Amino acid sequence: MSDLNQKMVEKYKGNFLQEVINNVEEGETMKMCMQCGVCSGSCPLGPHWEYPPQHIFMLIRAGKRDEVLNTDSFWNCTSCYNCIARCPRGVQITHVMHGLARYQKVLGLAPKNQPTEKFSQLFWDNLVQKGRVNELKLGLSLYFMNGFGEGIKTALKNQKLGMAMMKAKRMNPAEMFGGHGVKDPAGFQKMVKKAHELEAARIAGEES
Amino acid sequence: MVDVVATNETIIVVGGGISGMTAALEAAEVGKQVILLEKRPYLGGRVSQLYKYFPKMCHPVCGQEINQRRIKGNNNLTILTMAEVTEITGDTGDYTVNVKISPRYVTSDCTACGECEKVVETEFDDEFNYNLGKRKGAYIPNKMAFPQTYVIDPAIIGTDEADKAKEACKYGAIDLDMGEETLELKAGSIIWSTGWKPYDANKIQPYGYDRFENVITNVEFERLMDPHGPTGGKLLRPSDGAEAKNIAFIQCAGSRDINHLKHCSRFCCMASLKQTRYVAEKYGDDAKSTIYYIDIRSIDRFENFYNDVKSNENVEFIKSKVASIEQDENKNPVLRGVNTEGAVRYANTHDLVVLAVGMEPSVDVSEFPVKLVLNEEGFIQNDEANGGIFAGGTSADAYDVNRAVQHATAAALRAVQVVNNISK
Ligand SMILES: Cc1cc2nc3c(=O)[nH]c(=O)nc-3n(C[C@H](O)[C@H](O)[C@H](O)COP(=O)(O)OP(=O)(O)OC[C@H]3O[C@@H](n4cnc5c(N)ncnc54)[C@H](O)[C@@H]3O)c2cc1C
Repeated sequence: MSDLNQKMVEKYKGNFLQEVINNVEEGETMKMCMQCGVCSGSCPLGPHWEYPPQHIFMLIRAGKRDEVLNTDSFWNCTSCYNCIARCPRGVQITHVMHGLARYQKVLGLAPKNQPTEKFSQLFWDNLVQKGRVNELKLGLSLYFMNGFGEGIKTALKNQKLGMAMMKAKRMNPAEMFGGHGVKDPAGFQKMVKKAHELEAARIAGEES
Repeated sequence: MVDVVATNETIIVVGGGISGMTAALEAAEVGKQVILLEKRPYLGGRVSQLYKYFPKMCHPVCGQEINQRRIKGNNNLTILTMAEVTEITGDTGDYTVNVKISPRYVTSDCTACGECEKVVETEFDDEFNYNLGKRKGAYIPNKMAFPQTYVIDPAIIGTDEADKAKEACKYGAIDLDMGEETLELKAGSIIWSTGWKPYDANKIQPYGYDRFENVITNVEFERLMDPHGPTGGKLLRPSDGAEAKNIAFIQCAGSRDINHLKHCSRFCCMASLKQTRYVAEKYGDDAKSTIYYIDIRSIDRFENFYNDVKSNENVEFIKSKVASIEQDENKNPVLRGVNTEGAVRYANTHDLVVLAVGMEPSVDVSEFPVKLVLNEEGFIQNDEANGGIFAGGTSADAYDVNRAVQHATAAALRAVQVVNNISK
C-alpha cells in the first residue's frame, strides 16, 4: 500500500464518503444522489462498467473503499455528459467519475494496463513538455503503446489517413522535430509543479 | 344579463373544481353569501376527467352528485360558469373583482335534449378528452356536466351551422346574439381554487412523447379507460388501434427533477397503482402492467392499496428511473435503463407507455390578476401579504382529492373569519 493511501485510510477511519467529498472533484454533489439509476441507464458505455455510476455512489456511501478504489469502472467515462444532462438531482457525475479516477491515480491505485488510463498518462506527459499537445508525437506514442511490432502494424494500417491529414494541413510532419509550445515552457512547468504541490498539500489536509 | 348581488361580506371562489365547490359549499352552508366563478362551461374540474378515483375506486359522478345536491339545497350560493377574473383591486374586506363572462349562446331553458348537436356537423378537438377525440360545434362538455346545458362553440357563430342549431331547438334556448359580459363584484374575501394542469410531457425529451404515438400521459390514460371516453373504454394504442396488453407506467416523469418540476406531486404513484387496477379489472390475466419507479409514495393509509396491487402477479415493479425510450419497427416503445436492484441493464419492449406526469399550477405566474405570494413552482403560499385572498386545493400544492378538499375547507374557514370581522 502506498504511504499516501495508508495515510488516508487512517485519516478517514472508514468514513469513505467524507474522504470522497474532500478529495474528489465535485464529490460534494453526490450527496444528492437518490439512486434512481438514470445515469447508469444513460451511459453509452454502461455495459462495460464493473460498477456503473449510481452503483459507485451506493458503494461509496456504504463505505466500500476497496471495491471503489480497485475498480477500473470510471476510466470508461468518455465525458459525453448524458448522465449530467439527465440527472434529476444535479449530481456532477462526469466530473465525479474523472475525479475518482484522478484520486485513485494519486493514491497509486490506478489499474495497470487500463487503456484509458495509459492514454491519459501519454497525453499528460506529451502536454507538460511544451504546454501544447503535440498530436503527431501523441499519435505515434499511442501506436507504440503496446510494443514496437504492434506500433508498426497500426502505423501501416493508418498510413492513408495520415497522408490525408497531412494534405488537409491537419498534421504537420515538422512537429516531429521539437514542435510548437507555449511562450514560456519553463514558467509553465513551474506552474504545473506548484499545482502538484498544492494538490498534495490539500490531500494531506495541510491547506489553510 | 347576468344579475348578481355582491357586498363586502360576500366570498368569491375562483375555480369550480372539487376544491372550489367544496370551499364554496362549506362557506355557503354556514350562511355566507358565496359566488363561485368557473372558467369552463361546467363544474367539477379535472376530477370529472378521471375514470375512477382512488382509494375507493368510485366514479367521479359519485362525488359530483353529492356536491350537486348540496348546491341545489342552498340559497346562498351563486354559480357563474364560463367566467374568468380579469382584475382584483382593494384589500381585505373590501375587494373589487372584475369578471369576464364568455357567451355560451344557450340559455338555462336548455333541456339537454341534444337536437342541436344532431344537426351541427363541424367537429372540434374534444378538450374534455385531452383532445383524443372530437366533439361537435354544439355540445354538452361531458355526460355528467353540471349545469346540464349545451354550449355552442364560438367558432360556428355566424355560420349556417349556428342557424341550423337554433332552428333545431324546440325550447328557444339558443341565443346567437349573446355577447361577452363584464361584471364588477364586491367581495370581502376571495378563495383561489384554480387547480392544476399536467406537466407538459413534450419537455421530457428522452421519453419521446412528442415523437412516439404509443407514449401517452396518465391523464390521457384515464380518458381511454372511461367507457364514456373517446374509445368507449377500450385501451387502444394510438398508433394502430390495437388493444394494449403490456403497459409500462413511468413514475416521476418530469417530477422531482431539477430539469423539470422540482416537487413530488404526491398523487402520481397512487394514480398509476390505480391505473394498473383498471388494466387488471378489464383484462385479467391477459394483460400485464409494469411500474418503473424510484420509490413508491403511497402515503399513510394508502399503503394497503399498494400492497394489494403488489400482490397481483400481473403487475411488475422495476426500481429504476427509465433512461430513455426508443421505438421499434412496430411502433412499440422500448424502454432502456438499469434496474437498481441488482444493477440489471434492461431494454424492455411494451406496447403502450404511460408517463405519470405531475401537477403544476393551472394559472401561470404572469397571469394572476392580483399580486400573490407564490413559491418557486408557482403555487400560492399561505402568507399574510395575500390579505383576504386564500388558496384552496391544488392552487396551493399538488394534492389528491382527499387532501385538496381538506385544504379547501380550511380556506373556507379563513374566508369566513374575514367576512365575520366585517359584519361585526
Ligand atoms: C392521472 C391522474 C389521476 C388522478 N387520480 C386521482 C384519484 O384517483 N384520486 C384522487 O384523490 N386524486 C386523483 N388525482 C388528483 C386529482 O385530480 C386532484 O386532486 C383534483 O383534480 C384537485 O382538484 P382541484 O379542484 O384542486 O383542481 P382542478 O380539478 O384543476 O379544478 C380547478 C378548476 O378551476 C377552474 N379554473 C382554472 N383557472 C380558472 C380561472 N382563471 N378562472 C376560473 N376558473 C378557473 C378549472 O377550469 C377547474 O374547473 C389524479 C390526478 C391525475 C393527474
